[in-house]
Amino acid sequence: MCWAAVGCLLTLSVLPSFRLSAQDTSAIDRGVRIGIVYRPGVRPGVVLLPDRSTALDSARAVLARDLDYSDRFELITLPGGDSIRVSAPAAARAPGARTTAGARAHTGGEAAGLNYPLYQALGADFAIALAAVRDTTQVTIHDVTAGAVRRLLKARLPAATSSQFRMAVHRLADQIVEATLGTAGTAATRVLFVIDGKLYQIDSDGAGFKEILSTKGREILSPVWDRDGRRIAYMEFWSGHGQLFVQDAATGRRRAVTDGATLDFTPVFSPDGKGLTFSRAIEEGTDVYTFNLRDNCCLQRLTVGRFSDNLSPAYSPDGQRIAFVSTRPGLPQIYVMAADGTDEQLFAPFDYGVTGSSNAPDWSPDGQSVAFHRDVAGTLQVFVLDVRTRTVRQLTSLGRNEDPTWAPDSRHVAFVSDRSGYRQLWVIDMETGRIRPLLQQSGVRLPAWSPRLPETEQSTP
Amino acid sequence: MTRPLLLVLAGLVTAGVVACGGNPQPATPAPQANADSIAAAEKARQDSIAAAEAAARAREEAERVARQRTADSLAALGRGTEAVRTMLATMIHFDFDKWNIRSDDAGTLDQKVGILQANSNAHIRIAGHCDERGSDEYNLALGNRRATAAKQYLVSHGIDGGRIETQSFGKERPLDPGHNEEAWSKNRRDEFDITSGGDALRQP
Repeated sequence: MCWAAVGCLLTLSVLPSFRLSAQDTSAIDRGVRIGIVYRPGVRPGVVLLPDRSTALDSARAVLARDLDYSDRFELITLPGGDSIRVSAPAAARAPGARTTAGARAHTGGEAAGLNYPLYQALGADFAIALAAVRDTTQVTIHDVTAGAVRRLLKARLPAATSSQFRMAVHRLADQIVEATLGTAGTAATRVLFVIDGKLYQIDSDGAGFKEILSTKGREILSPVWDRDGRRIAYMEFWSGHGQLFVQDAATGRRRAVTDGATLDFTPVFSPDGKGLTFSRAIEEGTDVYTFNLRDNCCLQRLTVGRFSDNLSPAYSPDGQRIAFVSTRPGLPQIYVMAADGTDEQLFAPFDYGVTGSSNAPDWSPDGQSVAFHRDVAGTLQVFVLDVRTRTVRQLTSLGRNEDPTWAPDSRHVAFVSDRSGYRQLWVIDMETGRIRPLLQQSGVRLPAWSPRLPETEQSTP
Repeated sequence: MTRPLLLVLAGLVTAGVVACGGNPQPATPAPQANADSIAAAEKARQDSIAAAEAAARAREEAERVARQRTADSLAALGRGTEAVRTMLATMIHFDFDKWNIRSDDAGTLDQKVGILQANSNAHIRIAGHCDERGSDEYNLALGNRRATAAKQYLVSHGIDGGRIETQSFGKERPLDPGHNEEAWSKNRRDEFDITSGGDALRQP
């Protein structure tokens, strides 16, 4: 509740400046809707129940942050800590008997001692309890309105000291979001990015920042994930040459896809995982090519620009279409074509001679939107194209904001922003407009948000 | 680097020649009556050896001077090459987000046309660069356009395209690390390098 109030205040205080810049830019981009739809109060309230036992404190802390970062709930903080969880059976409080009693109560299907009317009065729609039952962690999701247990989840969490602990809790958080709202969260994901020519990753909650790869004398650029989160691709750049690599995310083993004789850049996996599509710059210009990864053959050119450049391909999730950048109107703008290179057409509308360069398209996993950045009055801003209506709206206005990348929930977008004075990684929630920094490190470039990561990904070295 | 070194060498050699010229050979002593004939013969032999050695030294110095003259003239030729090389390496610049050759750069390119025509075995590489404001990835394509725009200009003025290689650095290698228009305008550029045939370049 407090948070919501603060959120409203913040939004109100921020709005005037949004409007000012909105006026500036709407004069340039006629027909562009500025701003974000903010619908306060529609998010379900959730309370993460405290527990006397400290065994699951680490897991609870990670879960609480994941649920907060999902931006799907109003997280309710209980006043006075756990004192409010009243009228638990006296037997359950006895040391030693606690877990078994709790387990019996949960598996019995009714929530022993949970004061539903109280949580309802606090605005909670869901109450979530964690309990350690022998070597498994049980998560009981109470539907407060219905006054019953909605779902019981069980997970075997590694020890809190294990490197795999956080990702296992993130998976649990995603299951909780799915059990309550029907769509999975995005906690068990990572973002790849580049700093100083080296490849790094960070977990969706800002933990686990680490270097993955650096190559001597070469600069790594444009990392990207495949659809199942098992492989990554990127470009190595040196002296005007660009070579593309595909790497196993778990083992780090990699293979070169192109030979580096030309300048190949912006690789992207086709959604079926069989192809790698990319931009190649030769003297005639830059065009989009695709290579068959599965059969290791059959380089095919998809665009023939001649007097224009075509680059930065981004597949629709069904693999049928490719959004890309084309300079055929003079400056780069967002176009779309069929996956075989036919039927090229303008995708994101613009005013000829007025709208600035538009680049770096990324198609949302639900297929409904394409995020990109556009030059507005000499700096870059993140825009979103609605695929169905072909209208664009500006998502950012503070500082320089570029290279958007979608989270698997198609509502969060990570991007690089210098709003703090340094080029850092930020995340915006399209639904609430909430913006948070993901990483304090500066000099971040070219982020790529992973899909929900498979279990095997845990064993990343 | 090479020019100062050559000058120092030339100075040393000249000093050596002057030193030798300033010390004439001592005259052979006149034979003395009743002298020990063996000693006299020995002395005469040694004198002739000394004379031969001196002659060899003089010959050597003469050769060294001759070599130096050749080296000096080569160095002079090198200085000409250096001047031509500097002209060939003169950068051209671009407007923001543009790759067309600016009219004030056409003269620079015309000079390169002349040099390439006068030195038909010289091959060059043109590298296109961008400022930090544009998109990271698009700048690779833009740098490529900037390099090929200069190549097309040279080719359209009669230079064989096979002698010109192009490459793009996007915005990865700024010349000026600043974050203002002065730095940006310097960074939006084409760089020219000689890849082969640049040992002795003739003035156009």
